[in-house]
Formats: sequence, C-alpha cells, structure tokens
Amino acid sequence: MTQQTLEHPYSKYLRQGMIPHIWCPGCGNGVVLNAFVHAVDELQLDLDKLVVVSGIGCIGRIAGYTNTDSFHTTHGRALAFASGVKLANPELEVVVVSGDGDLFAIGGNHFIHAARRNMGIKVICANNFNYGMTGGQQGPTTPLDSVTTTSPYGNIEHPFNLVHLAAASGAVYVARWTTLHVRRLTQSIKKALQKKGFCFIEAISACPEIYGRYNNMRSGLEIMEWFKRASVVESFSDPAKAEITPDRIAVGEFVDVEKLSYEKLLHEKISKINEKAMEQVG
Amino acid sequence: MIMPERIKHEPLDSKDAKRPKAEIHLIKDQCKGCGYCIEFCPKKVFEESTEINARGVHPPKVVDEDKCILCDFCTTVCPDFAVFVVERKDSEDKKT
Amino acid sequence: MTGKRALLSGVHFLNGDVACAEGAIAAGCRFFGGYPITPATEIAEHLSQRMPEFGGIYIQMEDEIASMAAVIGASYSGLKAMTATSGPGFSLMQENIGLAVMTETPCVVVDIMRGGPSTGQPTLPGQQDVMQAKWGSHGDYGIVALSPSSVQEMFDLTIEAFNLAETYRLPVLLMGDEIVAHMWERVVIPAPDKIKTVNRKKPTVSRDEYLPFKPDEDLVPPMACFGEGYRFHATGLTHDEHGFPKTSSSEVQAKLVRRLCEKIGRNADKIIRVEEVMLDDAEVVVVAYGIVARAALSAVRKARAAGINAGLLRLVTLWPFPEKHVAKVARKVKAIVVPEMNCGQLVREVERAAKETPVYFISKLGEDPHTPMEILEVIRRNC
Repeated sequence: MTQQTLEHPYSKYLRQGMIPHIWCPGCGNGVVLNAFVHAVDELQLDLDKLVVVSGIGCIGRIAGYTNTDSFHTTHGRALAFASGVKLANPELEVVVVSGDGDLFAIGGNHFIHAARRNMGIKVICANNFNYGMTGGQQGPTTPLDSVTTTSPYGNIEHPFNLVHLAAASGAVYVARWTTLHVRRLTQSIKKALQKKGFCFIEAISACPEIYGRYNNMRSGLEIMEWFKRASVVESFSDPAKAEITPDRIAVGEFVDVEKLSYEKLLHEKISKINEKAMEQVG
Repeated sequence: MIMPERIKHEPLDSKDAKRPKAEIHLIKDQCKGCGYCIEFCPKKVFEESTEINARGVHPPKVVDEDKCILCDFCTTVCPDFAVFVVERKDSEDKKT
Repeated sequence: MTGKRALLSGVHFLNGDVACAEGAIAAGCRFFGGYPITPATEIAEHLSQRMPEFGGIYIQMEDEIASMAAVIGASYSGLKAMTATSGPGFSLMQENIGLAVMTETPCVVVDIMRGGPSTGQPTLPGQQDVMQAKWGSHGDYGIVALSPSSVQEMFDLTIEAFNLAETYRLPVLLMGDEIVAHMWERVVIPAPDKIKTVNRKKPTVSRDEYLPFKPDEDLVPPMACFGEGYRFHATGLTHDEHGFPKTSSSEVQAKLVRRLCEKIGRNADKIIRVEEVMLDDAEVVVVAYGIVARAALSAVRKARAAGINAGLLRLVTLWPFPEKHVAKVARKVKAIVVPEMNCGQLVREVERAAKETPVYFISKLGEDPHTPMEILEVIRRNC
C-alpha cells in the first residue's frame, strides 16, 4: 500500500474546500456523486457548460460540491428552474439531482410536465425512501409498513413506482439502479448525458442513519445487503410491474426511445417564424 | 446455459500475458468508516484497520495490494472519495 | 436575429396588457414563462405570438410557481426574463420571489390586480395586493414596485422595471390593475435610439477571483451567468460572498439580510418616482396611484375650478415607499386624502409619513374606481 501522494483523480470535479461533504457515513448520496462525477469524467464533458441544479434535501447539497455552475432551488422547483435555464441557453448540459420527496411530492407536478414536454434535462433521483434532511418523515416512495417519524405505526400509503411514473409521463430514457450497482449506474448516467430529451435515472440510495435505523437496517452495509439480496436486473420489462418491495427491487434500463426534445422543437419553430417575420419586414 | 468445454481450457498465450499491477491510495482522514470497500471488493483486498483516523473511525487497510484486479469498484462506491486505485506505471507481471 | 422585427416603433392603439408586453420586448426581454390568469392572460397570449418573431422564448408553464422558477432559471442563463399574473398567481409566486430576492436575480413580475381575496372577482379591478408586494414573501428584504396609471405607462414602466431589475439585481414588481390592463389608449413606441435600456453588471475579475455575492460600492454584486466559465454556486440558503451555504453563522445572516434591505433602502432616492400636480400652494393633497389617480386628477382639477387649493401626489413607485415626498407635502397642507380600491393598505404608509397631518381614507371596492365626485366631496369637507 502506498501513502497518499497523488490527488484523487476526480478531485477536479469537486469544489476543493467543500470536501469532505456533510453526508453521513455510508450515505448513498456520496455514491451518487461519485458515479455522476465518474460519468462526467469518462465523457470528458466541458465543465464550463455543465449546470447542476438541485432541490432541497440532503441530496440538495450536491450542487455545492460539483465544480460547475450550480444552483440550489426552493423545494420541489428544480425542474421548473432547470427548464428556464435549458431554454435560455440550449448549449448548456443541465442536470437535476434531487431526492424522492423533492422531485415527487412537492415537485411532482413539475416532474410530470417536464417529462411530458421532453425538456432536454437529465434527472438523477436519489431515492432513499424518506425525507432525510428533516429527520426521516415518510415520503411518496416510502414502502408500505415502513416506520418513519410521521408514520410511527407503519406507513399505510402506497408508494410511487417512479420508473412507471417517469415512463408514463413521457421520459425518453428511464433507468433504475441501486447504489450497489455503481458501474451500471455510471453507465446509465453516461447514456443519459449523451441522449437528447428528458432522461430519468432512479438511484436507490442508502440512508443508514435515519431510514435504515428505523427499519432494522442500522448500517449502510445492511442496506446494501438488502439491495444485493433483492435486486433483479430486468431491463426493458414492463415499468408498471417494477414496484419496489422488501423482496424485490427491479433494476435496469426500462425505457430508451427517441423523441424530439422540447428545445429542438421550440428553436425549429422560432427559426421558421423568424424567417417569415423577416420576409414580411423585407 | 452450460459453459462450452473449449472455454474452460487455459489460453495458449497465458504465460505471456501481462497483468497490470495496482497502486491503492487511501485518503485515511476522509474515510467515514462505512465499510463498503471492505465488504464489496471482489478480491477482499481490504480489511478494517485498528487505527483511528481524524474522524474517529477505523479506516480500511490494504491486506494484499497484489490481489487487486483494478476493477475500480472501491473507487466508485466510496461515498467520500477516500480511496482510489491507479495502475502502477512499471507494471510487468507474468501470470502464474 | 436582428432587432428589426422586435421593436414596433410608432403610434399604436393598444390595451394595457399588450402595451406591457411590448414594453418588455422593447426593454430586451427575451424569455417569458407564464400561466393564464384573468386579467393578465393577454400579456401571455401576445408574447406567445411575438416572441418567436425575433428569437425570444415563450413557454406556458404548468403553474405560477413553475413560471417564477423558470424565469429565475432563464435570468441566470443570461436572458432578461418576465412573468405576468394576478392575485391568486401572485400569492403562489411568493416563495420563488423570495428565492429571486435571495439569489439577486434580475427579473420582472407583473401583477395585474383584481378583486380579492382568493379567487375574488377575476374581471374587476382592485388594489388589494399592494402590501403583499412589500411583505408577500417570508423574510426581510427590500423590493421595488411600480404602479402604472395609463396604457402608455404600462409600456414605459415595464421598461423602467427591467432597467431597475438589471441595475439592482432583484425582481421588480409592476402592480397594474384590471382597468389599466384592459383599457385601450394611444401608445407611442419610440425609435430604438430613444429607448434607454440597462444591462446587468458583469464581473471584471478572472474566474479564480470571482465571488458571486461580493457587492460593489452600490451594494450590488456583478453577475456572471451559467456557461461563462465562472462555475459559481447560488442558493436560497443564507450564503456568504462565495455563494456557499452558511446556515450557522449569525454574522453572515446579519450581513446578507441587511444588505438585501439596504440595497434598495440606500438607493431609494434614485429609484423613487412620483408625479406632482399643483402642489406648490395646495392646502389639501390627494395621494393616489394606479387607475384611482386618474379619478383623483379629475377631482383635483374640479376642486381648483371651485376655488379650492387642491393638489395631487401620484405615486409611480409604491415601494420603496416615497415617504420623503409624502412628509414634505404633509408639512405644508391641512389634510391629505387617500383613495384606494382596498380596505386601507398604502394609506398606512401615508399616515406614518404624514405624522400629525390628518389623513382621510376613501375605500372603494368592486367594479368601479372612485368617481371624481366622491374624491371631490372629501376634499371639500376637509379644505
């Protein structure tokens, strides 16, 4: 083993002075950040043209850690903000990284519309089954019977099947991996970054300090064991059947289609109308 | 699917194959002790050490750097960017 | 994409909403994100037609919250951006107006006030949102709000709103009302060289030295945009000059919040505009704004014809409140009359500035603003 003399190969993607980050030991958010930065590195993306937008939550802090233009919005509004950014400057690569509550509870409406419009935004959802930042309340993806601080007797709400929701809303690329499938998560992020249109990647993420602790998985390792035990790769299976249960987490790429993106349609239309307007003016 | 017989044979040029050697770097004080690298390394290259780092946890220590196959799993799974593996530049090793 | 088709210089007969939309175009607005709401829908409809003619972007978002968020995003990407709404939408936008204030985003929010509260009377006027303009979002901050009284002002003040937004890096509110928005009047759109537009201050330092929230002497930080290579971070959390969250420091909080208030407070004299009519020898002054100021002007003229020394102080800027102008007037007159289409909002600020001088408030709610006779009656009784 050698002493550390080299810098971490990805340190140029991270804001120096902000690492180590605030996330707990074993937090899946760290793995999501790692996979994201890995994908950016493999693609050698121009960091000056990459914009990271995050919502509120533990994962929301990710915008402060990436060495790119970044914005930390109000709760749930990351996609609406990102739509404005992308339309105003379509050359920018806009990535929204946010959590299950931020994107699908308060932000649910903005998610389905951004997907419907096929806005060229890449969305990475770190789904840790609860509202971690505020202490572990139930959220729209909390599994049935889970204990959280606002469902102390067990959750009675059916959770969303995010993959189904994204596919039904019109996303052109939908994938789900856990933070154990780091390589495939990285590859999916790479694929999304190279694709045009609205891409959605659900990263099932460990929250050991809160969700795990309340649900008999006291450490990150136990949660990762659950991922290992329950994951089945079922690429391109029916998204409607991809619900998450304690015994089965269907992972894989579920949707990968081509559809004209909103900004392409918009700018084509503008060129057509602009030509006409120029003709009239003479 | 049953593995075809021919694949089970050792490749003819196996004695000349060069296996890259790994250089494992640990940023010990950045480690938060989650244990992912230790648990999920396919070659069990890491083990929890007994020392305590600046964060008050036991960082991993490398048991046998030679076993590392440069799969990069630890580099990508570490939530804290506390471990990375690079190829040792002068690597020249005959496969046994 | 030239400006040829953008600016329609000339004399036009327009309604207030359309004039506001044309004002935005003249100011250089190239992004509109909105949602239909009576009586501001025409602004969206007109811009959906006009924007593509010169490469501007129009998008109808799914709600007003998304509209405001998209406007902030577009502004951070470098475009001058605007949204338009009415009372219910204005309430929805408040959280993101707060975000725009906190991240010092230049943008314009048009609120065409209607009868409230709640769904109220969508097709009838009101002035019930003027206090909300100042205090609508949570937290302490300075804001700028303008009040047009004519269709020409809907055009002119929209340009002014953009210029103020770009100068001071904040959302500027244009508080119109349903009557000014829907009435038709003659509007003169000047030639391009006669229109003054202002663009945001850009950083003059290198990428490594740039601190996104470090203010200059005028308390306004220069603004870089996404994609220019500055790689900065902006957040709605309390932040320091680097833009990173500093949620545990009292010092940082005090410094930031006070600066957000002072940015407007200290520059108030440069921002505030009023119209003074016959104030020199006035004994009774009417302080009014918006459509009500038109009736007030008529009342003041009738009063003068009847031998009463009346005057009008028309507030063009509602916030920061022109307290110095009101105080100056109050020192010389016997009484101040404040007609408003609400139950008493800006009149409180007038009372505060007027100190000992009696202030008489005339409330009117419903489809008609005050008639000149109603205002004249109160002038007469107190002259």
